Amino acid sequence: MFKWKTDEFSWVDFTIDVLRILIVLAIVVGSWNTLSEGRISFAQWVNLFIAGLSQGSIYALIALGYTLVYGILLMINFAHGEVFMAGAFSTVFLAEALNRTGFLNQSPVLAILLMILFAGLVSMTVAILLERIAYRPLRGSPRLVPLITAIGASFFLQYTFRGLYGSGFKAYPQVKILQGALQIGSINIPTVQIFVFASALVLMFGLYWLVERSRIGKAMRAVSENKEVARLMGIDIDWVILFTFGVGGFLAGSAGVINGMFRPQGVNFFMGFIPGIKAFTAAVLGGIGNIPGAMLGGLFLGVIEAIGPNLVLAGLGIPGANQLKDVIAFTMLVLVLIFRPQGILGERLSEKKA
Amino acid sequence: MKRINVMKKTVASLLLLSLVSVLLNPVSAEDACRDNLGCVIVAEDEPIVIGAMLVLSGAVTYLGDDSLGGVELAIMDRDGELLGREIELVVEDSLCSAEGGQAAAQRLSADPTMIGAIGTNCSSAAQGAMPIISDAGLVMIAPSNTSPSLTNEDVASGGSHLPGYFRTSHNGLVEGMRNAEFAIGVLGSSKLATVHDGDPYTEGLARVVADTFAELGGEVVFEGAVNKGDTDMASILTEIAVYQPDIAYVPLFEPEVNFFAAQMQHIAGLEDTVIIGGGASFVAGFPENTGAAAIGVFVSGPLVTGEAYEQFLVRWEEEYSGSPPSGYHAHAYDATNLLLNAVEAVAVRSDDGSLVIGKQAIRDAIAATEDYPGLTGSLTCQEESPFAGDCAPGTALAMFEITEAEVYDDNWPPPVFWSFSESASE
Repeated sequence: MFKWKTDEFSWVDFTIDVLRILIVLAIVVGSWNTLSEGRISFAQWVNLFIAGLSQGSIYALIALGYTLVYGILLMINFAHGEVFMAGAFSTVFLAEALNRTGFLNQSPVLAILLMILFAGLVSMTVAILLERIAYRPLRGSPRLVPLITAIGASFFLQYTFRGLYGSGFKAYPQVKILQGALQIGSINIPTVQIFVFASALVLMFGLYWLVERSRIGKAMRAVSENKEVARLMGIDIDWVILFTFGVGGFLAGSAGVINGMFRPQGVNFFMGFIPGIKAFTAAVLGGIGNIPGAMLGGLFLGVIEAIGPNLVLAGLGIPGANQLKDVIAFTMLVLVLIFRPQGILGERLSEKKA
Repeated sequence: MKRINVMKKTVASLLLLSLVSVLLNPVSAEDACRDNLGCVIVAEDEPIVIGAMLVLSGAVTYLGDDSLGGVELAIMDRDGELLGREIELVVEDSLCSAEGGQAAAQRLSADPTMIGAIGTNCSSAAQGAMPIISDAGLVMIAPSNTSPSLTNEDVASGGSHLPGYFRTSHNGLVEGMRNAEFAIGVLGSSKLATVHDGDPYTEGLARVVADTFAELGGEVVFEGAVNKGDTDMASILTEIAVYQPDIAYVPLFEPEVNFFAAQMQHIAGLEDTVIIGGGASFVAGFPENTGAAAIGVFVSGPLVTGEAYEQFLVRWEEEYSGSPPSGYHAHAYDATNLLLNAVEAVAVRSDDGSLVIGKQAIRDAIAATEDYPGLTGSLTCQEESPFAGDCAPGTALAMFEITEAEVYDDNWPPPVFWSFSESASE
């Protein structure tokens, strides 16, 4: 564990080990102080945890898009946050229409499925166009080239959608069936949070089945393993890559609607930026390129963000703890990368992939 | 006698020579400049150039769109001309950050024909832009900055005012003090929580409200902050619920304020807490996007009334269709007129047909504004810190209460609950 003790002494290793100890100490001391003060009740902690799981589910669904593309192309699609935005922003108009006609509350299950399908298709189309127009011509270029292109594509998409739908904020209408809460003792779990977690799980298991059990999933794994050998085996790798972008896009679009049910406000052309960064962090946390890793990374990040500021920072007496929520999230990232550079579930990457 | 004749001839020759030389070499525009900050020379047939530093991208683009409409309408109302010259508007994106303001100001001040600018929207952007605009000898007139620090010259107390900065929006100092008076005097509250987002505007307002609330005998139980872009407010709301305040003062922008209000109704312990928002949430999208949770929220915001304003709204409808997306379009209209009026007052036509516009003269002309009948009321620019550069009438503000009509029937603005010209103890 302590490299500098076993190997030849190195100041770098020593500093990293000191950093590890300090971070772990800060977490333990902060948490101990908060819990011993008892200002926040057990029921409130549980509520925060469940809200974190719901938020984390959305991060996880977006993170899957990053990880799928990385797994197959070894590129970070920084425009993926905008793919999420495209579905969420476009579907808010459908949701408004369904609400106006009364269909949303008369047949909520059907209406939500319709919205998820619509958002998934919009995001899938955007993701496929991105791959076809922006990334495919650059395949084989140095890795920095598609990365910079992705950042450019991200801005292009933001301002295209701003041009299409305007710069104002929109909100998803509230679905009555999701407005209640489940009471378990003193714990009050909002129905919408159960819906978010459950639907994200369904989508995640659907993806897992697709990749592990289906024929196209086998092709995806083969392309991810070695493109040239996969091509020799008769796999149309262009189609597989396009399909992967499409699947990632569909998940992101679905996440857009699920997010709209959970946090209805704040729908605009810029809404994908921060969730995109958080989901990328989640994918790295879990081990980029690893599907269960992205799921776990998303949930982990959501929970840490929800309970971290009140548990650790407030306990350390840091003022404005909630403003430092991102500090907690990214410190966790640093911590995981120090202890496990490959991420929680990631495997050590070969020289080629790293 | 002969000597006198020679002298007369010499003097006459000299006079003739000087007349010829004057006619052949008229006073150049550069020579005509007597301004200690230098002059902007607008050559014959060249347009008069003014700038705008507004937020044109990012989450609060609606503020920039709102102000840009006001600026453009003010120019259109003059048929796009001033002193027989075309008015050219150069618009730069100042974002809603100090870096954005800095970049926009840098680009505008690099243009030697630039006279002054309308902007910025956000106080953070103004802090970045002000030193550059001031150093360049230019002026900036902000339509929606309200941070008290921007008109405060005392650096020790956080002031950042520099010459050349003016605003037609109200000072947050006035808004914050009146908000605290409202919370105690009208609502009868005794425990206050404040939440800002780190922006000088929201932080400044939260500070003033907390200080005034404490001075008036109330107890400030929680002072916290969130980040711009946060969607999850459950964490901070859980912390606030520990103290069960009567008032949550939340001067946040959309969408953070929407998330705050919507999520507050699910947090046990905050059932009786009333939200008061600042001018940033005085936007039709707030009740529309927040839904039922916005009902009962108080929002302080600009109160612009009068026939001229009604006509302005008709013009807006004609040009852009719909209604302005925020509450500071009239302030942008007034700011543009202050700048154009100053140009009109100080521009000197030189012999070569150029317009010579003294930079200090422009500043002085705007600073001398007194009882100017603008859309937002009677504007008088003040010179003394902490209100240096403040031109807004402090009374054009009110506390509005969001009702069902704003949430479900697209009514905007909401009914005035309490005007700032009233006494809180009434």
